[in-house]
Amino acid sequence: MSDAFLSVRNLYFTYDDGIEALHNVTLDIYRNELFVLFGPARAGKSTLLRLCNRLSDLSEHTERQGAITLNGKDIFAADINISALRRRVSMVFAIPTPLPGSIHANLVYGLKLAGIRDKGELERRVERSLRQAALWDEVKDRLDTSALALSGGQRQRLCLARSLALEPEIILLDNPTSGLDPISTATVEESLYELKQRYTIIMVPHSVQQAARVADRAAFLLNGELIEVGRAERMFVHPQDQRTEDYITGRFG
Amino acid sequence: MAVVQKSSQIDAPTDATSQTNWGEWFIEGVIKVAGISSIVIIGLIFLFLLREGLPAFLDIPLRQLFGTRWYPIEDAFGMAPLLAGSLIVTVGAVVIALPLGLTTAIYMGEIAPPWQREILKPIIEVLAGIPSIVLGFLGWIALAPLIQRLGAPTGLTAFTGSLILAYMSLPTIISIAEDALYAVPKEYRGGALAIGATQWQSIWRVVLPAARPGLVIAVMLGIGRAIGETMAVMMVTGNAANIPSLGSGIFFQPVRTMTATIAAEMGEVAQGSLHYSTLFAIGIVLFVISFAINWLAGRLVGMKGMRRSRRGGML
Amino acid sequence: MSRQQANKLAVGVLTVVAAIVVIPILLVIVYVVWQGLPALSWAFLTEAPRNGMKEGGIMPALLGTILLTLGTAIVSFPLSIATAIYLAEYAGDNRLTRWIRMAIVNLAGIPSIVYGLFGLGAFVLFMGFGTSILAGSLTLGIMTMPVVISTAEEAILAVPQQFRTVSLSLGASRWQTIRYQVLPHALPGIITGIILGLGRAAGETAPILFTVAAFYVPELPRSIFDQTMALPYHLYVISTQVPGMPLQIQYGAALVLLLIVLSFTLVATLVRTQMRRRREW
Repeated sequence: MSDAFLSVRNLYFTYDDGIEALHNVTLDIYRNELFVLFGPARAGKSTLLRLCNRLSDLSEHTERQGAITLNGKDIFAADINISALRRRVSMVFAIPTPLPGSIHANLVYGLKLAGIRDKGELERRVERSLRQAALWDEVKDRLDTSALALSGGQRQRLCLARSLALEPEIILLDNPTSGLDPISTATVEESLYELKQRYTIIMVPHSVQQAARVADRAAFLLNGELIEVGRAERMFVHPQDQRTEDYITGRFG
Repeated sequence: MAVVQKSSQIDAPTDATSQTNWGEWFIEGVIKVAGISSIVIIGLIFLFLLREGLPAFLDIPLRQLFGTRWYPIEDAFGMAPLLAGSLIVTVGAVVIALPLGLTTAIYMGEIAPPWQREILKPIIEVLAGIPSIVLGFLGWIALAPLIQRLGAPTGLTAFTGSLILAYMSLPTIISIAEDALYAVPKEYRGGALAIGATQWQSIWRVVLPAARPGLVIAVMLGIGRAIGETMAVMMVTGNAANIPSLGSGIFFQPVRTMTATIAAEMGEVAQGSLHYSTLFAIGIVLFVISFAINWLAGRLVGMKGMRRSRRGGML
Repeated sequence: MSRQQANKLAVGVLTVVAAIVVIPILLVIVYVVWQGLPALSWAFLTEAPRNGMKEGGIMPALLGTILLTLGTAIVSFPLSIATAIYLAEYAGDNRLTRWIRMAIVNLAGIPSIVYGLFGLGAFVLFMGFGTSILAGSLTLGIMTMPVVISTAEEAILAVPQQFRTVSLSLGASRWQTIRYQVLPHALPGIITGIILGLGRAAGETAPILFTVAAFYVPELPRSIFDQTMALPYHLYVISTQVPGMPLQIQYGAALVLLLIVLSFTLVATLVRTQMRRRREW
């Protein structure tokens, strides 16, 4: 447990408009913890998340320095299989986006691309991921209906299940409760507690309150810089840096 | 334990999906090669025009080549009458199409209630779809006799061609102009009406000036469409390769355009003859003109507008 | 004249002009249908011309146009759609891309008769295909590329960006994403472009004048290296080159050509509307 699972070293990242999104960020994330990245808008949280499974590749003309290693292996190395990386480190987006097609098709899409053909295996994973995302009871009788017919909360849980079906090791959650009502938010937060028994979770929360509720450890980012990292129960009560305290107590952002 | 087994995944150059990697590599290669095909094709077009047409430029002194006599039997290859013919027909077409097209676009965009727009749009699309040969045929068989009855010595005149060409370029002009008008922010109109302008004043003083770049390109592409049209023009303009006489009757005499000359004479020439090369030389001139029109339109409104408007005439 | 009166007058003039534009279009259609309909019969469509084309039908020309349209499809679409995919999904924002776009815009502006010259120089003579279905299809295929490319590219770009991001995040490769999440949703739009391009090709005369069209060939083509008659050129021939041609046959041929081309437009419009209605996102 003491070895870092995902480790970020001196990471700099600049977008094509010249804006530096990350500035010399270094942090370690351990297995089976729920790690929260929080901070005001444009702090670089989402950018850091997208770098963890190289979705950052989709932006053109960017510049990066520094390294991210997963289990000691540099994820930016030339011989990395990006598809495999994204299956191991899976992202759930802020805006729940089911792909057009049935609920079932959404869940098996990534699996089939990963080469899983066995029907039994597919069905097993569909059911298990839906149960883990607390969606099974609601949709088990209509797996073949359009995923776009689901409500907002259901959509987000479907997207979570879609990632879980891949049996990833790390789940990246980019503000997963942004569009949800309080009840759906509670459902998702509860399932997070279950999920971290099996997975490592890196999450950008909806609010400081949510961060404090769910996090094991947390990092405060401000304008692309890492201000403070620590255990949640300490950090949200006794922040060490003045800026962290100002943000937590609502003095800015 | 499962984790340890999996961590080899990203290190390994292959996993389950990479069996298809060669196929993918091939497909992406094909797509990238196809991507530059347009450049290659346009280069080839110019190359082949040059290959067949260059002798004309080399063997005929330029002064003769752009001289005033087109009389192939006597080896007189002066393109001036053909240029003049194309010019007259095109100018006539633009003079007719421009007011009609812009007015219709304004009507559709600013005045017509939605139900009328729903009817007008498909009708204009249908016009865009009518093959030029069918319009040429109707011009030849129905319109020309009508024009003769109006008092012209013959019905096959530059004006007949202009009239048909005008209608052929209307869909292009209307749809691009409509786009341009549509792009004018609603607040402009509302603002004008709010300070007491009538609908017409708001159109004339506010909407039209704001839409001007788009209207310019509509005109340019209308010209491009008109100057390149072949069959309809060939059938109705009378095909007289003389320098048109100036004066009030300028539009009511038979003329011969560059396009019609190529179409009509290519079938009769010996391949490799001077006449043959000269027809290709006319093609080169047309090619250059179409480039010049695009270049000018591009300079006036930029590439983005060009791309958007190019499809305008079709749907 | 008061401002209100002036406004009324202006609106009135606008309305009249719109009518001047629209009425002749309707007249043309109605007139061709009215004049051509009596000629239409099963025999007219299935028989070859007889007696110096003054009797019989238009079958060889009709067949030729169908073959040419097919040939155009085979030449144009793989290349056009690959280009559209390249532009929409692969091309970066660089000089090469700008050149490609410029080339496409210029291809769209080249007069059709110049395409005919190119086909003659490149395919008929240089490649040695002779005046043939092959040479004609290549010429028409290249001519239709700009329309198909731009419609297809628009259809591809209309697929929401999130679908791509989600697909990639689930471990799909770039091509798998295009194959499974982009092309299926762009398909109706791509088909619209294809049909529009084909409709244009089917009605064109100038590009086939020197590359494929025969004045009159009694027997049907047996290979892609044969000449063929084609409906647009046939209409030109029977209306201007054959004296004493019965009017009915001329109008009949014009009507058939018009119906073919307009049905392409109609189908394209239907596909487009259908697509908008069925779209879920």
